[in-house]
Amino acid sequence: MSEFLRTTIAIYAKDLRLEARTRESIVAVLVFALLSAFIFQFAFDPNPRVVATVGPGIVWVAYLFAGILGLGRTFVLERDGGTLDGLVLAPVSREAIYAGKVLGAFTLMAVVEALMLPVFVVLYDLPVINPWFASMTLLATLGFAAVGTIFSAIAVQTRAREVLLPLLFLPVVLPVVVAAVASSSSIFQGEGWSDFGRWFQLLLVFDTLFLVISSLAFEYVLED
Amino acid sequence: MTIESELSDAIATTRLTKSFGRTRALSNVGLRVPWGCALALFGPNGAGKSTLLRILATLSAPDAGDVRVAGLDQRKEPGRVRAVIGYVGHQTLLYDDLSAAENLHFYARLYGVTDAVSRVGELLTDVGLADRAGQRTRTLSNGMQKRLSLARALLHRPSVLLLDEPETGLDQQGVELLERVVRGVAEAGACVAFTTHDIERGLALADRVAVLAAGRLVIDQAVDGLGAEAVRAHLSLPGTGGAA
Repeated sequence: MSEFLRTTIAIYAKDLRLEARTRESIVAVLVFALLSAFIFQFAFDPNPRVVATVGPGIVWVAYLFAGILGLGRTFVLERDGGTLDGLVLAPVSREAIYAGKVLGAFTLMAVVEALMLPVFVVLYDLPVINPWFASMTLLATLGFAAVGTIFSAIAVQTRAREVLLPLLFLPVVLPVVVAAVASSSSIFQGEGWSDFGRWFQLLLVFDTLFLVISSLAFEYVLED
Repeated sequence: MTIESELSDAIATTRLTKSFGRTRALSNVGLRVPWGCALALFGPNGAGKSTLLRILATLSAPDAGDVRVAGLDQRKEPGRVRAVIGYVGHQTLLYDDLSAAENLHFYARLYGVTDAVSRVGELLTDVGLADRAGQRTRTLSNGMQKRLSLARALLHRPSVLLLDEPETGLDQQGVELLERVVRGVAEAGACVAFTTHDIERGLALADRVAVLAAGRLVIDQAVDGLGAEAVRAHLSLPGTGGAA
């Protein structure tokens, strides 16, 4: 097995094991997503006409803000536990550390998003159980994780990390949010690939671009 | 170990300088530590001892000067430097919610230790934690965590071991273990650099002594003939048991 793959899997497995034991992040992220979904329920009358218009926005506001909470913790635990130096000291490529962390963040968000699906069905009767929606959500989540992981590593080294992460993260992931909301709207209305395909392509390009750029830049982020 | 690194010193710094804002932590430090040597690094708080070890460990970048570890340039080849050093700092670098064995297995994977199962078992036995291998690290005492941290640093059989106040939190048994490790590494031809405030113990363990004061290297010599009083005089600190 290559050093890159070995390191990526080791860090990913370690993060999953820690999360499975402590459930610190997943509980916080899930509760936040649930609260967001419930608040919108009381903010307006969720009749079919209104839901058809604002439903995709509700879904992605809940995913986005819960995601920020989860992404913020990607490096906070390493920093607070003093283990970040352990990763930096290891003779492994920084890209592999980044990849392991992205996979961990992606998994956490994907699990929360999956757990939220029944909530959106019950509260808003949204047709979220749909393979196109699932595929698009995974692509958008990968974009969130790719950007959020590197910004989390930057923010954790500052005093104002809770403020800095959203400030850095939100403007950059705006194309992902726009593509996710627009394609969700199209999918929920039963339209075909010809209608939402271009948004999938945008997400693919975004993910590829940010995975490559961020993994190359990660070395400089970790440096003192 | 390469021929190049065998021929050079284990640690060599030239005009090493590091500042934090306006505070000069290290100023023109030139230090050479040969292979097979244990270096005791003394200095009062804020003298720059930890900064020096962090730079040698690639955790911090120097502002100026040349730093070589095992003959490798710390700036140009940080990855190769990391592969040959073991580092114990003020923090244990251990995950609280992983067990002692899981922590070591995780780091063994990062360091590409091929005989990980036997190596982890061997080290847990050496540091007296074999019977606590499955216990979560957060439930171990500070001294046990420090011993586990030492095991983590030794996992990949480093040729340069950097220990920052390693005796802190250790009981008598732990201190004896530490002394065995330091002497064992030096006698095996590798190199250990450790900081300590316990002058007598440091002198007893080391082959070479360096004293840092306000970021400057004021002593760098073999331990032969150097008494604790001479070290204390350079530290400008009174006391009998150690320089606080």
